[in-house]
Amino acid sequence: MSRDTPSRPDPVPRGAARKDTGRRPRRATRTEARNARAAAGFVLPFLALFVLCFLAPLGYALYESLLRTERTGPLGLGGRAHQVFAGLANYAHALADDRFLAGFGRVLLFGAVQVPLMIVLATALALLLESASARGVPFFRSAFFLPYGVPGVIASILWGFLYVPGISPLVKIAESMGWQVDFLSRTAVLWSLANIVTWQFTGYNMLVLIAQLKAVPGELYEAARIDGANAWQVARHIKIPLLRPALVLTGVFSIIGTLQLFAEPMVLRPLASSIDSGFTPNLHAYSEAFVGNNQQVAAAEAVLLALVACAVSFGFLRLAGGRAGERAGERG
Amino acid sequence: MTPPPVRHRIITASLLTVAAVYFLVPVYWLAVSATKNSADLFGTFGFWFSGHPHPVDHLVEVLTYDHGIYARWFANSLFYAGTGAVCATLLSAAAGYALATFPFRGREAVFNVVLAGVLIPGTALALPLYFLFSALGLADTYWAVLIPSTVSPFGVYLCRIYAAAAVPDSLLEAARIDGAGEARIFGGIALRLMTPALVTVFLFQFVHIWNNYFLPLVMLSDSDLYPVQLGLTSWTGYADRQPVLYQYTVGGAFLSVVPLMVLMTVLQRYWRTGLTEGSVKA
Repeated sequence: MSRDTPSRPDPVPRGAARKDTGRRPRRATRTEARNARAAAGFVLPFLALFVLCFLAPLGYALYESLLRTERTGPLGLGGRAHQVFAGLANYAHALADDRFLAGFGRVLLFGAVQVPLMIVLATALALLLESASARGVPFFRSAFFLPYGVPGVIASILWGFLYVPGISPLVKIAESMGWQVDFLSRTAVLWSLANIVTWQFTGYNMLVLIAQLKAVPGELYEAARIDGANAWQVARHIKIPLLRPALVLTGVFSIIGTLQLFAEPMVLRPLASSIDSGFTPNLHAYSEAFVGNNQQVAAAEAVLLALVACAVSFGFLRLAGGRAGERAGERG
Repeated sequence: MTPPPVRHRIITASLLTVAAVYFLVPVYWLAVSATKNSADLFGTFGFWFSGHPHPVDHLVEVLTYDHGIYARWFANSLFYAGTGAVCATLLSAAAGYALATFPFRGREAVFNVVLAGVLIPGTALALPLYFLFSALGLADTYWAVLIPSTVSPFGVYLCRIYAAAAVPDSLLEAARIDGAGEARIFGGIALRLMTPALVTVFLFQFVHIWNNYFLPLVMLSDSDLYPVQLGLTSWTGYADRQPVLYQYTVGGAFLSVVPLMVLMTVLQRYWRTGLTEGSVKA
């Protein structure tokens, strides 16, 4: 990892290779070779594990998804199983499965409602906490952020108890006021899940937005006030536009999170008969692999899920990020 | 600056209070319910204590049930999250530092592939990862959860941005003139300058591993290797036949949430400085 020439009387500063000197080609090669050697020592350990845990599984899933298991025994049972090339049959099978498609539709609907709602809520809370009229800011900030420390599984167990009729104090309170609520009914359950996700991640997103607000020089607000802008106008015309890069960031991560929806429906499943094994694409792929014992179709579904997630988040970056996102990227 | 009108302050305070109630009520419910036995869990009002709370006894029951399997799950979680996050932080720091300070051919290509990794949902990878690891004979071992936890593309991204801003080239050149090797420059100078970013990456990764459910669920079948979340859901799975497990699930959830909440509150400060770096430049 270390350089083999420990000291050099006249080190070439990086970037100097670009200067037009007579010896340029040779120097550039030497600097580059030295850089590449040093960089390799630092980058390769990460890269090796990245390949093992990101690229190889995707490649393996791609390979698996193109195969089909055939059994040679009588009636296709027992005997020796061997794998044959199946082309896109597994993808066709996945895409022809109404429940898989319905799961996709469900998470897209979920995301279209929950993500904007959560980000609006996070923005509102960030602006309120950052406004001059807020008291007890540290307490509120901690209170809002606390649920982020509750893992999705625990949050779902928790809210599950708050949803289930026999135990839920919320249902009891509603009943005492004459309302019949069923948080786990076919129509309500998706939004009960949305509530769990919102509860968990609003505070986290709020902190990202507050960090961005803090990065704005205070004189800007002061100047706007002197010009006669009220608190709402400052928020609307200065703070929100400045929040744009952070909003794009939180938006992308929320979208990716939505498509992965798994732990919450998985944990609520025993409580809610309206959640079936194909409720979300992830849940469908999981049951295809471990209940249906159909690894190749599950692989095809995982590939489809990764593709859709990439397409949706890139699309969102293009659409919402626009120039703001690119500019921010250049700065990095 | 003139103070804002009282009306504003009242509206702001009420909105913040409503939000605080929403975020705190489930946690409050958990704390109250952890003091109840099975019968009271179902029989008494959820937002208030029963006539005879026994918080310590119930938590001891949780810890001793099934030869103390809960403590084992907790230790597993600490091991996965602690070791995984330390390794992920060091690997990300080295890679991010190199990507920021050494211009080499293919650097942007490497960085873009890593960035694409940020956008691939982890759970879309978990199943393929299981297929691959079981082909390699690694499924249902500690390695199956630990190895994937050491890779954080987001950490590399954050470290690169931070190193580019916080590690001056001139300092590195000076160290090279003084005869320091690249490894020493990294360990002695760069890592120190990058500390705020490292704290952020560590925290992110720790929470990420601690909260990860899908990966251990698909990888592990031996309950001795379970992290605490997976263990708790296995309890709820049996609770139909053994109703006392509802009570243990609630107690276990409470026990697992408390340390993390304390950690969150204490480390919030570091978290925020780190996030500023990340979000301003992201």
